[in-house]
Amino acid sequence: MMLSGWGRYPVLSCTARKVRGEADVIKLMASTTSLIARGAGRAYGDAALNSQMTLLMEGSDRILFFDEETGRLTCEAGVLLADILNVFVPQGWFPPVTPGTQYVTVGGMIASDVHGKNHHGAGSFGEYVESLDLAVSDGRTLRCADDENTDLFNATIGGMGLTGVILRATFRMLRIETDLIVQETIRANNLREAFDVLESSLSATYSVAWIDSLAQGDKLGRSVVFTGEHLAAAELPKDRASVPFSAKLPNGRKVPFDFPGMTLNKFSVSAFNALYVGSRRFGRSLINFQPYFYPLDSIAEWNRIYGRAGFVQYQVAFPRESSFEGISAILRTASDYGLGSFLSVLKLCGRQRNSPLSFPREGYTLTLDYPIRARTFSMLLELDRIVDDHEGRIYLAKDARMGARMLERGYPRIAEFAAVRQRFDPDRKMRSLLSDRLGI
Amino acid sequence: MMIASPVLIVGAASDIGRAIAAEYAKAGASLILAARNVSRLEPDVKDLFYRYKADAQLMELDILDEGQREALLGKLTEVPGTVISVAGVLGDEVAAWSSVAAANHIMQVNYVAPSLLLGALANLMAERPGACIIGISSVAGDRGRKKNYTYGSAKAGFTAFLSGLRNRFGSSGLHVLTVKPGFVATRMTEGMALPPFLTASPQQVASSIISAHRKKKDVLYVLGVWRGIMFIIRAIPERMFKSMDI
Ligand SMILES: Cc1cc2nc3c(=O)[nH]c(=O)nc-3n(C[C@H](O)[C@H](O)[C@H](O)COP(=O)(O)OP(=O)(O)OC[C@H]3O[C@@H](n4cnc5c(N)ncnc54)[C@H](O)[C@@H]3O)c2cc1C
Ligand SMILES: NC(=O)c1ccc[n+]([C@@H]2O[C@H](COP(=O)([O-])OP(=O)(O)OC[C@H]3O[C@@H](n4cnc5c(N)ncnc54)[C@H](OP(=O)(O)O)[C@@H]3O)[C@@H](O)[C@H]2O)c1
Repeated sequence: MMLSGWGRYPVLSCTARKVRGEADVIKLMASTTSLIARGAGRAYGDAALNSQMTLLMEGSDRILFFDEETGRLTCEAGVLLADILNVFVPQGWFPPVTPGTQYVTVGGMIASDVHGKNHHGAGSFGEYVESLDLAVSDGRTLRCADDENTDLFNATIGGMGLTGVILRATFRMLRIETDLIVQETIRANNLREAFDVLESSLSATYSVAWIDSLAQGDKLGRSVVFTGEHLAAAELPKDRASVPFSAKLPNGRKVPFDFPGMTLNKFSVSAFNALYVGSRRFGRSLINFQPYFYPLDSIAEWNRIYGRAGFVQYQVAFPRESSFEGISAILRTASDYGLGSFLSVLKLCGRQRNSPLSFPREGYTLTLDYPIRARTFSMLLELDRIVDDHEGRIYLAKDARMGARMLERGYPRIAEFAAVRQRFDPDRKMRSLLSDRLGI
Repeated sequence: MMIASPVLIVGAASDIGRAIAAEYAKAGASLILAARNVSRLEPDVKDLFYRYKADAQLMELDILDEGQREALLGKLTEVPGTVISVAGVLGDEVAAWSSVAAANHIMQVNYVAPSLLLGALANLMAERPGACIIGISSVAGDRGRKKNYTYGSAKAGFTAFLSGLRNRFGSSGLHVLTVKPGFVATRMTEGMALPPFLTASPQQVASSIISAHRKKKDVLYVLGVWRGIMFIIRAIPERMFKSMDI
């Protein structure tokens, strides 16, 4: 079966096997010398690809326990976040951390230690994982938690599936009173202003900025910042006063065919961005959590708009001190190249989690995406140099092309990760195209 | 139309069976899940509860074991409102040509055992208002082909059994639904190259079953295009058909 990540680059012919539960995982693991788990395939690059055996986890998706007092949820790793939202939002519970799409699995959220718009206050998803059951390469299933197999626990959170196959996990959900978000939309005319707005929004639960990636000169980094709070029941508008949770489930519209690669050239992207920055309504508004957290989920298969060749995402995180310089340099270089990014996102993150490969760290993170073109890779190499000069790191869940050196420079605790793997997987059974590329 | 509970699913560990369980749980039904090594479905019982607040009970059943079939009937504390027979095996057609055991197994699992079980259940359910018997047969039963005629003939027998059952209860109200899936992407077909536009997901099969159940349909093809395809295949004269390679 031909498989790729969400960016549709690279594409690899893989022996893919559907997994229905623990027994299947154990059996298939014993039958091969090399494998990786795959959730919903929303990592952009090559993290969930293994030609010899890719385990499709989505059929292992049972919800096993929920405690209505504490919000503690236990489920199999293939459960989709979308299902969790469908079941638990109407009961007044929300995931503690959510990425920008609901079509990810719990296993994928743990393996990438995903962050959301609340990272500055709440940290990454791993902070809420109380325990997980991991099938390791020798056939054992190990319970991992803060106080049990601690090293393995921390290496698995953010470990890109390379420590074993996550079978089940227990994590805490958060109480909400309504399914609405009070959104504040603030214009920032350049990068400095965007930073200022994000810094002054640290007390907001959620915050994120959309950047115009093609703006230059004194407009460099102009953005729209969105902050958000869960609406309290007492603040419900009159027309919904007795309906804290509305039952609708929007079904995605599909991008019906591959857009020709041309349509998203510099001009259309620039126009998109200008329109976006120009015509937004600013100030306070009330919106459902779906469009707030998952604006792109309403267009199923939006990854096809970049055409057949696919695209790469480039997400970097800088330490706070070097963030401004690093991000300015990246935006300048990218804009000089004239390759527009459809989605450009800036976020101020909080404290880093104690996991050797966890991506988010205190400082700013910038996300860009680029269709695969001849110039794309040379530009990204130039961006790599900027990242390296400013002590930044690249997010593995988005990456499809960096080299081993960038990994070592960006993740100084890589040796610690390798040591844990050596202990639990000495024969390197758990591997992916990503781990082979990066030599981990 | 109301779905009559409990809904007994025979072969509940199958991909299609799991999807059916979810669909009926969502509709508010209570469930009895019957399968071999049924304790492996304990996580499913929890899932059905936490997702849909559905009550599900497990019962051990190897459908080939007459004793177990009888025991299942004995263990039922109430007459099922709905029975859905999902168990089946595709088997290895070529092996069945030379092995009586292999051929017999395919015939037993797809025809003899489910027919005997549904026949016994029909006697129990005949008086229950709103009761429904659903059998998963296959388009393969619509015409024997060299690729899978052992399986196909067993499904044909099952289709005929269901049709007769429907006729027997036609006036008294017991609803009998024959389901004929075309290709479905499940464990049974894993690794086969199936044409996407002719292949249903287990969820599609399940949701069309519940809607056909509600509409009191007699025969359901999933996907719908298979009705036309099988009409054409059945219409081909035997003289031509015998030398075709389909
Ligand atoms: C539109 C969009 C928005 C996004 N927004 C964000 C965001 O805001 N923040 C963020 O952090 N990420 C974001 N992402 C990335 C996404 O959250 C991660 O890539 C996540 O890991 C995807 O989960 P998945 O189930 O699709 O996993 P896959 O893509 O299938 O796999 C990702 C990694 O998880 C591993 N994995 C999956 N399941 C298991 C398992 N059971 N056991 C062990 N390892 C496993 C795989 O081996 C692989 O290394 C976004 C992605 C998209 C497409
Ligand atoms: N997939 C298709 O393309 C397709 C097309 C047309 C019709 N169908 C029919 O759809 C039904 C479901 O199949 P599926 O596609 O979901 O495949 P599946 O997952 O392989 O399901 C077959 C099920 O039958 C059960 N079974 C086999 N022998 C049994 C026995 N002796 N006692 C009890 N249960 C037994 C199996 O139980 P275990 O789990 O214990 O093995 C399994 O759960 C079958 O009747 C099949 O013929 C399928």
